[in-house]
Amino acid sequence: MSSERKAAARQRRGVWALGAFAILYLVFLYLPVLFLPLFSFNDSRFIAFPLQGFTLAWYEEMLADDAMLNALGNSLQVGISVAILSTILGLLGAKAVTRYAMPGKEAITAFIMLPLFIPEIILGISILILWSALDFPLSLMTVAMGHTLICVPFAMAVLTSRLDGFDQSLEEASLDLGENAWMTFWRVTFPLVMPGIASSLLLTFIVSFDEFLIAFFLSGTEPTLPVFMWSELRFPSKLPRMLALGALILLASCVLVVFAEWLRRRGVSDAERGGGYGIT
Amino acid sequence: MSEQAYIDIVGVTKRFAGGVKAVDNANLGIKRGEFFSLLGPSGCGKTTLLRMIAGFEFPSEGEIRIDGQNVEGVAANYRPTNMVFQSYAIFPHLNVRDNVAYGLRKDRLSRSELNKRVDEALNMVKLQGFGARQSSQLSGGQRQRVALARALIKRPKVLLLDEPLSALDKKLREEMQFELRQLQQNVGITFVFVTHDQEEALSLSDRVAVMFSGKILQVAGARQLYESPSSRAVADFIGSINFFPGVVKGIEGQEIVVEAEGLGLLRAPIAAGTGGASFKPGSAILVAIRPEKLSLSVEPPPGNAITVKGTVLTSAYLGDRSHYHVRIPGREAPVAVSGTQSARSLDVLHAHGTDIYLSVSGSSVILLPPD
Amino acid sequence: MTATTSSDVRAPTHRFGALSRLLQRSEAAQGYALLSPVMIIMFAVLAAPLVLLALYSLWTQVGFTVDRTFTLDRYADAFTRDTYRELFLRTLWVSSLVTITTVLIAYPVAYYVVFHVKRNKFVWLVLLTIPFWTSYLLRIFAWKIVLGYGGVINASLMRVGIIDAPLEFLLYNPTAVVITLAHAYATFAILPIYVSLEKIDRSLLEAAADLGDGPWRRFWRITLPLSMPGVIAAAVVIFVPTTGDYVTPALLGGPKGVMIANMIQLQFGKINDWPMGAALAMSSIAMVAIITVFFVWALRYATGRIR
Repeated sequence: MSSERKAAARQRRGVWALGAFAILYLVFLYLPVLFLPLFSFNDSRFIAFPLQGFTLAWYEEMLADDAMLNALGNSLQVGISVAILSTILGLLGAKAVTRYAMPGKEAITAFIMLPLFIPEIILGISILILWSALDFPLSLMTVAMGHTLICVPFAMAVLTSRLDGFDQSLEEASLDLGENAWMTFWRVTFPLVMPGIASSLLLTFIVSFDEFLIAFFLSGTEPTLPVFMWSELRFPSKLPRMLALGALILLASCVLVVFAEWLRRRGVSDAERGGGYGIT
Repeated sequence: MSEQAYIDIVGVTKRFAGGVKAVDNANLGIKRGEFFSLLGPSGCGKTTLLRMIAGFEFPSEGEIRIDGQNVEGVAANYRPTNMVFQSYAIFPHLNVRDNVAYGLRKDRLSRSELNKRVDEALNMVKLQGFGARQSSQLSGGQRQRVALARALIKRPKVLLLDEPLSALDKKLREEMQFELRQLQQNVGITFVFVTHDQEEALSLSDRVAVMFSGKILQVAGARQLYESPSSRAVADFIGSINFFPGVVKGIEGQEIVVEAEGLGLLRAPIAAGTGGASFKPGSAILVAIRPEKLSLSVEPPPGNAITVKGTVLTSAYLGDRSHYHVRIPGREAPVAVSGTQSARSLDVLHAHGTDIYLSVSGSSVILLPPD
Repeated sequence: MTATTSSDVRAPTHRFGALSRLLQRSEAAQGYALLSPVMIIMFAVLAAPLVLLALYSLWTQVGFTVDRTFTLDRYADAFTRDTYRELFLRTLWVSSLVTITTVLIAYPVAYYVVFHVKRNKFVWLVLLTIPFWTSYLLRIFAWKIVLGYGGVINASLMRVGIIDAPLEFLLYNPTAVVITLAHAYATFAILPIYVSLEKIDRSLLEAAADLGDGPWRRFWRITLPLSMPGVIAAAVVIFVPTTGDYVTPALLGGPKGVMIANMIQLQFGKINDWPMGAALAMSSIAMVAIITVFFVWALRYATGRIR
């Protein structure tokens, strides 16, 4: 009896230790990153403790930086077009993969996912070689095409899981009730896949917006925001405003990620409720 | 097929990728206003046949005619058929009312006319007042009713039902069977009903087509399927049955004489033969006897029934009847017997090891071609 | 009731042309049609560039032009020159170290969340996912702020007078690179392991307990083997990209922490010897592929021996 109790106590201690470890892990995960917003309000050009008092000067400096704003505009432009393009491609691909039986499906899926398993530097230089071989000038468009390559796998993954939980007889029911293929897409498929589309758009936008290395090789004279930041990191005098910029980007991506995740989960549970046999 | 068939299925074969024949040269005529069932084990091709009538699959060979017109190349949304899906396929983003009204959008009805039609349909399936419910809040039975209303509101000429009751529990299923039959009589349209549940098929349908690995084995009413199955497979699939392989000895007047395993020489009316069994002396034949046609007695029964002696192996008391397994000499497999409890019985009638007489009237046996 | 003028079938059959009928009948054709836009892009920006990269690695840079006679000299250079060899070895060493530490640290956390977090699972999951999506560059940059000569640790310690000069071991060496990469790739490890643990049917663990296994044995014989696909996925997802990491060594590695990606970038940048860069890239792809396949096989084999 007492040995059992001892074993239980030991197990409880084990769980407690695991929990403590997990908390420490979160601290390790977040603490370094939190220094960015912390020092972005610090009234000193030097990044060091103790803190020197609160200031918004770095944010003002950042907002007055035209080159920065230009890079931001470039990144938004690239990010939005990449998000739309890769989500459309991902939607078509996900529909094909989930709905149609065809030979070679696994090989095709693996090929589409391949960019996630190739170091970005390799992707960057090989695409650079392609454009130079074709004498095609580097521009935001070449960046966007490179980003589409790494965003399509994400879009496919999100949308495939969304379409997988989708009962195909819903579309058949619509056809059966007299609607044609287009109206069926508009009245049934689209509303049900919408949360997946939205989270795909958000996630691919974030991936493109944050991507550095491919853009570094392919951006030519028009830098995206990460490329601009990279070039500015060399100048200590510009560090504080980079901190401010970084803090804002972190905040924005957090909000977008939480929103996308929420959308995705809501979508999944909807599909579970409606797509199953629903016996209560 | 026949003159008055509303749906004609003529030599239809469906091959899937890899050459598997899901439906193999099916011929069928379904009449207007009929409650028609496609019955068979899972994978027998019944759902594929139904989906070809609906327009979700297209025949590889042969043709389907609805109201006399070949529907090859006519998509599902142009056919006068509507379907109740096995999963019900209730649109999860719409409430009950919008689900039911879904198919009317194209007809551009006035709001009042639309509401009237929806209310009618909801009444028909006893879902008055459920219109505002979200589909996620519905029980299995309610989902099924919504699926029915959504299909019927289109006033189809044919309602196709793909195992609509299989997801329901037993009690609800029996209730819905009764309601479906009533509904069909009220609206008077053709129902084509797919099921793997023989009781369901027999009790609901005017006629049943029994399907087995892509082939239609027999099309008949419930009584005929049970009492005069046309083949061993049908006899075996519908209800339980004992098979005794035998040989035809000869014909004497209106009776044929057969020697069968364990039963010895027996006489059965020529009318007992079905499915084209050959009565030429010397040809093989299969004697089939349903368990409830056999009776057990301790004393030899009077009259000229076919009688053999045997020993009870097991007995199971089921309330309204009892099941026995009886060993008879000259046959390895025990014979299944089902006896009704017409009088109240508090004692064990035939315990293990009891020697008894097994008898059946010659007119109750079925004579089938061997396989 | 044979066919009459007022048939119930309203649609004229000629609505469908031969092409659309073919499409309608052949599932595979429809599937390929939907996939074709993706495949066109993939071939244009993935397959074609990789082929070009392979071609370039067989050519020679002569001044500002490229001599297109095939030669394996670049590969000979890549494998024999000490600079390159050292870079390759360091890259593989750093990546392996990062992979192992990251997986070892992530596993218990994923395990804790799956089996012991009851109420706030969603919050934990979101907390573990967010870093995955936040700017990679910024996360690396954050470590520079922490470890740098004028960074949080050094500057603070100097200001309060504990040290006089910056602690040099914090920055510009492989250790700094390992720490930073382990942090940057942390969530890549958590998610696959989490998913594979979550999928384990709890009744299997109950069955093992019922058959007499204690907690450790249950973990070793049931949980670990069944979560191995997640561990393998995590390891691959970390190992492969870290071998090509450019930002971290450039920002925190110093001369002693430089990795192969930095050399490849130099070849395409300042040195301007694209064929050499291409050969280095191809060699690193090959090496990483071989090591990954071997590693996956070894892990599978080892798990297969657990009875």
